[in-house]
Amino acid sequence: MTGFKRHLVRNLQLRNLLPQLLLIFLFIGLIYYFTYNAGVNMKARNISSGFDFLKTNSGFDIQFSLIPYSGSSSYATAYLVGLLNTLLVAFFGIILSTIVGFVVGISRLSDNWLLNKFAKVYVEVFRNLPLILQIFFWYFAVLRALPEVDKSLVFFQSVFVNIQGIYVPKFIFTNFHFIFYGIVFSILSIFFLNYFSKKIFYEKGVIVPVFKISLIILIIFPIIFALLGKTTYIVEYPTLKQNFGIFNYIGGTILVPEFVALTLALSMYTAAFIAENVRAGILAISKGQKEASKSLGFNNSQSLKLIIIPQALRVIIPPTTNQYLNLTKNSSLAAAIGYPDLTGVFAGTSLSQTGKAIEIIFMVMVTYLSISISISILLNWYNKKIAFVEK
Amino acid sequence: MYKYFKLITSASLALCLLTFASVAGTKDDVVKRGSVNCGVSQGVPGFSNADAKGNWTGIDVDVCRAVAAAVLGDAKKVKFFPLSAKDRFEVLKSGQIDVLARNTTWTLQRDGGLGLEFAGVNYYDGQGFIVRKAAKINSAKKLNNAKVCVETGTTTELNLRDYFNANKMKYEPVAFTKADEAVRAYDSGRCDAYTTDRSGLAAQRTKMKDPKEHLVLPEIISKEPLGPVVRGNDENWLNIVRWSLNAMIESEELALTSANVDAQKSSTNPAVKRMLGIEGDTGKHLGLNNNWSYNIIKQVGNYGQSYNRNVGPSTPVGLARGYNRLWSKGGILYAPPVR
Amino acid sequence: MNKVILWSKQNLFSSWYNILISAFILLLVFYSIPKFVDWALIKATFSGETKQDCKAGGACWVFIKVWFEKFLYGFYPESDIWRVNIAFTLLVLTIATAFLIRESYKIFVVLFLIFIFPIISFYLLSGGRFGLSYVETREWGGFSLSLILTFFGIILSFPLGVLLALGRRSELFIIKYFSIAFIEFWRGIPLITVLFAAAVTFPLLLPANLASDKLLRVAIGIAIFESAYIAEVVRGGLQSLPKGQYEAAKSLGMGYWKMNLLIILPQAIKTVLPGITNTFIALFKDTPLIILVGILELLGMVNLAKANSYWLGMAVEGYVFTAIVFWVFSYLLSLYTQHLEKKYSTDRITK
Repeated sequence: MTGFKRHLVRNLQLRNLLPQLLLIFLFIGLIYYFTYNAGVNMKARNISSGFDFLKTNSGFDIQFSLIPYSGSSSYATAYLVGLLNTLLVAFFGIILSTIVGFVVGISRLSDNWLLNKFAKVYVEVFRNLPLILQIFFWYFAVLRALPEVDKSLVFFQSVFVNIQGIYVPKFIFTNFHFIFYGIVFSILSIFFLNYFSKKIFYEKGVIVPVFKISLIILIIFPIIFALLGKTTYIVEYPTLKQNFGIFNYIGGTILVPEFVALTLALSMYTAAFIAENVRAGILAISKGQKEASKSLGFNNSQSLKLIIIPQALRVIIPPTTNQYLNLTKNSSLAAAIGYPDLTGVFAGTSLSQTGKAIEIIFMVMVTYLSISISISILLNWYNKKIAFVEK
Repeated sequence: MYKYFKLITSASLALCLLTFASVAGTKDDVVKRGSVNCGVSQGVPGFSNADAKGNWTGIDVDVCRAVAAAVLGDAKKVKFFPLSAKDRFEVLKSGQIDVLARNTTWTLQRDGGLGLEFAGVNYYDGQGFIVRKAAKINSAKKLNNAKVCVETGTTTELNLRDYFNANKMKYEPVAFTKADEAVRAYDSGRCDAYTTDRSGLAAQRTKMKDPKEHLVLPEIISKEPLGPVVRGNDENWLNIVRWSLNAMIESEELALTSANVDAQKSSTNPAVKRMLGIEGDTGKHLGLNNNWSYNIIKQVGNYGQSYNRNVGPSTPVGLARGYNRLWSKGGILYAPPVR
Repeated sequence: MNKVILWSKQNLFSSWYNILISAFILLLVFYSIPKFVDWALIKATFSGETKQDCKAGGACWVFIKVWFEKFLYGFYPESDIWRVNIAFTLLVLTIATAFLIRESYKIFVVLFLIFIFPIISFYLLSGGRFGLSYVETREWGGFSLSLILTFFGIILSFPLGVLLALGRRSELFIIKYFSIAFIEFWRGIPLITVLFAAAVTFPLLLPANLASDKLLRVAIGIAIFESAYIAEVVRGGLQSLPKGQYEAAKSLGMGYWKMNLLIILPQAIKTVLPGITNTFIALFKDTPLIILVGILELLGMVNLAKANSYWLGMAVEGYVFTAIVFWVFSYLLSLYTQHLEKKYSTDRITK
């Protein structure tokens, strides 16, 4: 409290007050200046303002949507479609980039000379090229070189790859919610397991093989729940339909080339940065730690699990979360190849159909900002948690 | 303390006052600048297209040249701003360009809701489809389940939906921000069909790998009157653009061409005399010199000349005059009298 | 020979999975590299004027040759290209001088680069004075525009970023939280939304006569965007300084600005120099994004050229060319960053 008071007193001194007041006035003045101009300009150009347009029909269709959408849906729905498409790319991008990043990062430390250099070349090539160029490359040079629909590449008689997309079988479940309950239940039990195994470890010094048990739980409970709930599924395979000379695959799930190109480019690019984080994280653990764990009688997998990985993760995770954040923000490059993400659908198509430049850009910025802030709050929470463990 | 406060308030007040700088007319801006800023497409052959040296040609380009000839007396004093369909209205509204001549469809919402004014129609068009001949279809009604490439932010995108809905067909739109990317995507096989105005189809076909492999389907699914657009807050400028276009059309009616315009100065036809600025005071009403229309005809030519030069049957685009014939010759091109 | 076998046994084939991995990589290398060399060099066409000259089946480098000037300078008037060249020669010479002269004179070179060079190059590129014809910014383009934007971004974002970093660590309540909000806002949104806002929204927020130059708005947008990242890097440097430095400076009776300018910032910036150069590499790699708002730098010009009806099907050549140009520049810069990292980490130890 006294510290705060001293702070307040110091803050109240004129010398300190003046620059702050100046900043406030400047800021308010700038806001006023912008709103004033916006008013003048919009009146002069006879543009209306406000968010009423969100309720009106959009009138355009979107190629790829996770929720029911058609041209008779509102602009608010179009916004939601874009947001979900952004999150979809981000989700798959994060998973793929983590896998590739860890593999490449560990390969960078491999004693296999070829693999080591190969990983190095990967990192240096992908992180030193502009991302948009990589997106163009995947989209225009790689995916456009795929065969036409009637000459699709076929894998296992069920996956079809052609210039219009990748068609995979679709699983249609009945009573799917029971599997979901099973997953929730197994996650809860894993939490309890973790808690009790720690307790047992500290009290009795017995190591419970948490990871293996968790894996089993994660597989068994959903299956049990599925059986109890009589969950069934059918597989819908894509089938080739011919409409005069136009060939089409109907049914199944389609991954459109725009999505594939964007996800590939984003994850390959981000993986190069994650690989460097992983390498740095593992290198950061001194030899002493490894030797100490050995001399304490830990075997290789124990020392990896209990000593090296927890410490390496502490170094790896913060910068990697930053990369996830970058990946999510970079997904806005979708606009360049026509994938209907938030920027493309809303700041692109909707903006030009309605002309609400200020409102729409504002909404898009606030959306990205909220995504970023929530990820950084999560990151800070995690950082604090692992920092606490250290003590 | 009070002194500082006063200083700051007066400073911010002064800042606000700066914004009261009055909005001058577009014509004055153009004269002061010495050039007309003209928004065009990023390359639609015949309408607005640049060669490798940056010289622009096309019937949309000619509208801007006509305006420059009328206002500045020199058709070359135009600066071109290639715009995507998505950006065009924002750029016009923000005042960066004076005229938007970018094969833009005149609709109620754009006229009334966006704060814009259409100055007329320089090409009557309709939306159509192009498909590969290998698709073996001859009607758009057979496009069920097709993937259609389209340029985003256009009326095309909206008509496409209307058409497929009305005919109870399914389709998958693949939208691109640039016409060019949409065409490339179609040409490479990403889509089964490409849709845009039929003039655009003809123009874009010239850019495809093998133009002969493609077929424009007979259906015309919309009305697309294309014309130049200006901001809605400047009536004088609207009139200048509108009558520059009308002068091009009417001079074709009067058979005035850039080749014969000087010889026609001795004509006794009062309409011709008005058109050449010898009689009447048409210029005064627009705030221009009386030879404004003479400059247009002399430097740009009449509508027919512009048409034949850019999109006519003898050009690679190869569009028949169709609707765009004069009203007196079976078309619907009709300009109010310049008098 | 024995050495080779021993080496490969240890480094390539030490266990069964290493044998598998090595074999796979070798296969990949022996399959793809000859194919690429065949396409890019052996079957490629280098001489000619039109697409029809490329008959060999490989890469058509004629495309790059014909469009080279446009790729470098965009639509800058051909007769005035010497002005761009002079500006860049001056820049290269200045930077080269900085490496050659003694440490204590370097500050003058830096001051020249920050204050005098931008003015000279602006008048040189833009013209309109001293008998040079006026070249509008929308005629600028090509790779030179990428470099101009990068340079402009550095000059503007660096001081702003340093100020923000100081603001974030300030004891003044309002300034501190304003800096935090400012930094987190810009770091939380994608660059594209900034570009869209600069191109589309900002003209509505400014009087018509102030908002005429799109490139300028975009350049300022990029610079402010990057300044938030610089601020975070510099903050890291400020945090790494021991408290003793502040206390020592204060005990010498130094004020806030004197302390920061003479004692704190030079040390802090030195420690995070690699981070700063990394941010600038990122800035350089972000410049092609401006094609989304219709300004054409190298990648944009390539896209334009590959859509030209006489040059269809040249996408791969164009992208490979762009990739090489960008890669060489950013790789060299990242090597320089690594060099800095090493240099300053040893600096600290020897001290």
